[in-house]
Amino acid sequence: MINLAQKLTEQEYEKNFAELHPPFSKNSAVAEANRCLYCYDSPCTKACPTHIDIPGFIKKIASENLKGSAKTILEANWVALTCAKACPVDVLCEGACVFIEKNEKPIEIGRLQRFVIENYFHAGMPKLFSAKPRNGKSVGIIGSGPAGLACSGELALLGFDVTIYEAKEIPGGLNTWGIAPYKVRQADSLKEVKLVESYGVKIKTKIRIGKEISFEELSSKHDAIFIGIGLGESFDLKVEGENLKGVIGALEFIEEVKAEKWSKVNVGKRVAVIGAGNTSIDAATEAKRLGAEHVMIIYRRSRSEMPAYEFEFQLAQKDGVTFHFQTNPVRVIGSNSVEGIECVKMQLAELDERGRRRPKPIPGSEFKIPVDMVIKAIGQQTNTDLLGSIPNLKIENGMIVVDPETYQTGNPKVFAGGDCINGGKEVVNAAYDGKRAAHGIYKYLFGK
Amino acid sequence: MIDLSINFAGIKSPNPFWLASAPPSNSAYQNCKAFEQGWGGTVWKTIGEPVMNVCNRYGGLDYNGQKLVGLNNVELISDRNIEDNFKEIAETKRLWPDRAVIVSLMVESKKETWHEIVKRTIDTGCDGLELNYGCPHGMSERGMGSAVGQVPEYCKMITEWVTEVSTIPVLIKLTPNVGNIQIPSRAAKAGGASGLALINTINSIIGVDLDTFELKPSIAGKGGHGGLAGPIVKPIALNMVSQVALDNEVNLPISGVGGISNWQDALEFILLGSTSVQVCTAVMHYGFRIVQDMIEGLTFWMEEKGFNSLDQVRGKSLSRIDDFGNFNLLHKTVARIDQDKCIHCNLCHIACEDGAHQCIDLISENGKSKTIVREEDCVGCDLCSIVCPVEGCISMVRVDDGKETKTWNELVADFKKDNTELTWEKLRAFQKRYGIEIH
Repeated sequence: MINLAQKLTEQEYEKNFAELHPPFSKNSAVAEANRCLYCYDSPCTKACPTHIDIPGFIKKIASENLKGSAKTILEANWVALTCAKACPVDVLCEGACVFIEKNEKPIEIGRLQRFVIENYFHAGMPKLFSAKPRNGKSVGIIGSGPAGLACSGELALLGFDVTIYEAKEIPGGLNTWGIAPYKVRQADSLKEVKLVESYGVKIKTKIRIGKEISFEELSSKHDAIFIGIGLGESFDLKVEGENLKGVIGALEFIEEVKAEKWSKVNVGKRVAVIGAGNTSIDAATEAKRLGAEHVMIIYRRSRSEMPAYEFEFQLAQKDGVTFHFQTNPVRVIGSNSVEGIECVKMQLAELDERGRRRPKPIPGSEFKIPVDMVIKAIGQQTNTDLLGSIPNLKIENGMIVVDPETYQTGNPKVFAGGDCINGGKEVVNAAYDGKRAAHGIYKYLFGK
Repeated sequence: MIDLSINFAGIKSPNPFWLASAPPSNSAYQNCKAFEQGWGGTVWKTIGEPVMNVCNRYGGLDYNGQKLVGLNNVELISDRNIEDNFKEIAETKRLWPDRAVIVSLMVESKKETWHEIVKRTIDTGCDGLELNYGCPHGMSERGMGSAVGQVPEYCKMITEWVTEVSTIPVLIKLTPNVGNIQIPSRAAKAGGASGLALINTINSIIGVDLDTFELKPSIAGKGGHGGLAGPIVKPIALNMVSQVALDNEVNLPISGVGGISNWQDALEFILLGSTSVQVCTAVMHYGFRIVQDMIEGLTFWMEEKGFNSLDQVRGKSLSRIDDFGNFNLLHKTVARIDQDKCIHCNLCHIACEDGAHQCIDLISENGKSKTIVREEDCVGCDLCSIVCPVEGCISMVRVDDGKETKTWNELVADFKKDNTELTWEKLRAFQKRYGIEIH
């Protein structure tokens, strides 16, 4: 990077990465809980991918049965703290709240769930469930992200001997490494890891399949395997200058920030983030909060096609991130490190197969923007190395194909869930997949 | 011009809003401050026997996050020196000649003691006396308060002692802790009372602490029954006020008390026969300032309804009160749900299904739930519209033609005329004739 943004003081970093949504006090949680109508057959429960009995857990807050409330939540979702903080509630549970039809503020379900689960961890994580007697079967889980954790916890309750194999030193997957710190801190994710471990799940870190252990060996050690590896590295831009110093993948950048050693993370004075998904917004706002003077998001389509949620877009705007719509990079400029980015303006033409207007470059509209850093946020690749080593997996569009009921892959012994089967959705989807897959594994091994 | 003034058995007040005899009317400071805010009168906190209070005195009842829907107390009558009270009453009346200053009294059941305090109180220049026959705790154990109000003979006797020496109107404040409120009311009338005030607090235990097993409030670990007030007692008070207002043997002006927090509550008491209303808990919760909305709200309501004075309003709902035996059995309503207003909380469905007569179906339409009333099975109980959180979404629609009426009393009389007994079979035949299905 030519120009590094000036480092901030520790206090400034802490302030910049402070939580977006403050926690409820007990009184305000009870008051909010009392506002809930306690709908029957409620739309919020249906809208939640893990189908938490939302009015049920909220009613228990009102009666201060917080342990019971935690039980209601956790029996549906093993990573309920991360979900409470990171879920796009506007488009899920809170978006379905009947108060919206009444033109009133929906119940703050996410914050209430967070209140309950934080209280649960604060109370020392009392045992809520009793596992079935050991059934003599063992399952190996690849990846300790939300899908792997959910699958492991559920399997442990079903009586399995469960071992998670995690490539990184610290477990938790994207919950630990991939969510902006102003939403979820690493410590939150690690509490959920502890919860799963408390039911007897073993976690082996720094184990990469194909390196420290082959898939074959792993498979021989277990009666079933669950793959919850998420996606691989960020997609390349496929333009000249991509290998210059100062070009970084969004996930890799976010990981550095997640380590919470803020002053160690280098960020340019002027930063271009390519792509306009939710990860792109995370990277852009994090760069801004690390002290970058100017952060811009460059996106080849228009605002209406932008995959980022509206509230994420607004957050970026609030942080002062600027947007270049209908703009595409054609070259990263620089001798050793990034000095600028050349872009071309795009026009939107006919609809593509997904019903979005296809962007086409406008000849002669090239222009240069001086930047010191480029963050690639146009999606993640499939982890083909690992998946290629597993026999009989069926992969379509970079996603593992599974049975929608059992989550079984083309290889009957192998199950999968999370981003590696859906191409990248929410934590809550991964949590649901993992839990369901556990029951799929049970059915596979015990026939029911 | 709207006139809110009242004349209560000769006691004049610019509006019907009085402070009840309670902590807010404890001192000249408080009563004068209340008058500045607009209160029409005060019933000075009961003076009488030497007493001493304890800590803590109150227990609050919260409901679903709403504070103080009920307030329980073990506070006694005024524990301030009686001489200070007399002085301050006189001073307050001197400063506020246009407001009603009534003094609540309670002493031991001795004629001489009553005579003495009545005379000394009248010397302050106050407008009226209110005899406290209501306190259900602390004083009752000493033979005062509700111990008097619960025994009609005492009620009459003490009232006589007071009225035989009093030169100003005497109100009797009644306890609701009785079977039939009309009986002590008649006793008070027989004793010469000029008016009644009801209700005093209801005997109660407000709650138990689940950690310490102590009662609320806890007085160094001990507790006991107290007097319940606040919004939750209003329905009980309304009923008792109406019972007394309808009793031709009583026929006295009534000061309505119990859970009045705003002008709407006050109006309900007035419509059921109250001349003035008294307020305590709402003031303890929010301060004297609440009277501003009470005056304004009542005035605007009267303007809107075309009333000029409270005399035109008082008791207007009494004619609506009747016995169950005189209700029309042929009146038939069914619930109708406005699907455009429905927000799909489905509370009507589950309430009807589990708590009533299983006539609201829950179906799925375009991925959304929809509630549909099977009108032929609806008994018109009204539960669904009561639980519905959306204004105007569920209404009870009248479906009988209103041409025929038959009350229970008439039905029984019909059978009597035919010299037959009322049996289930005959009742069913009657219902069948009018197409009434029982579910």
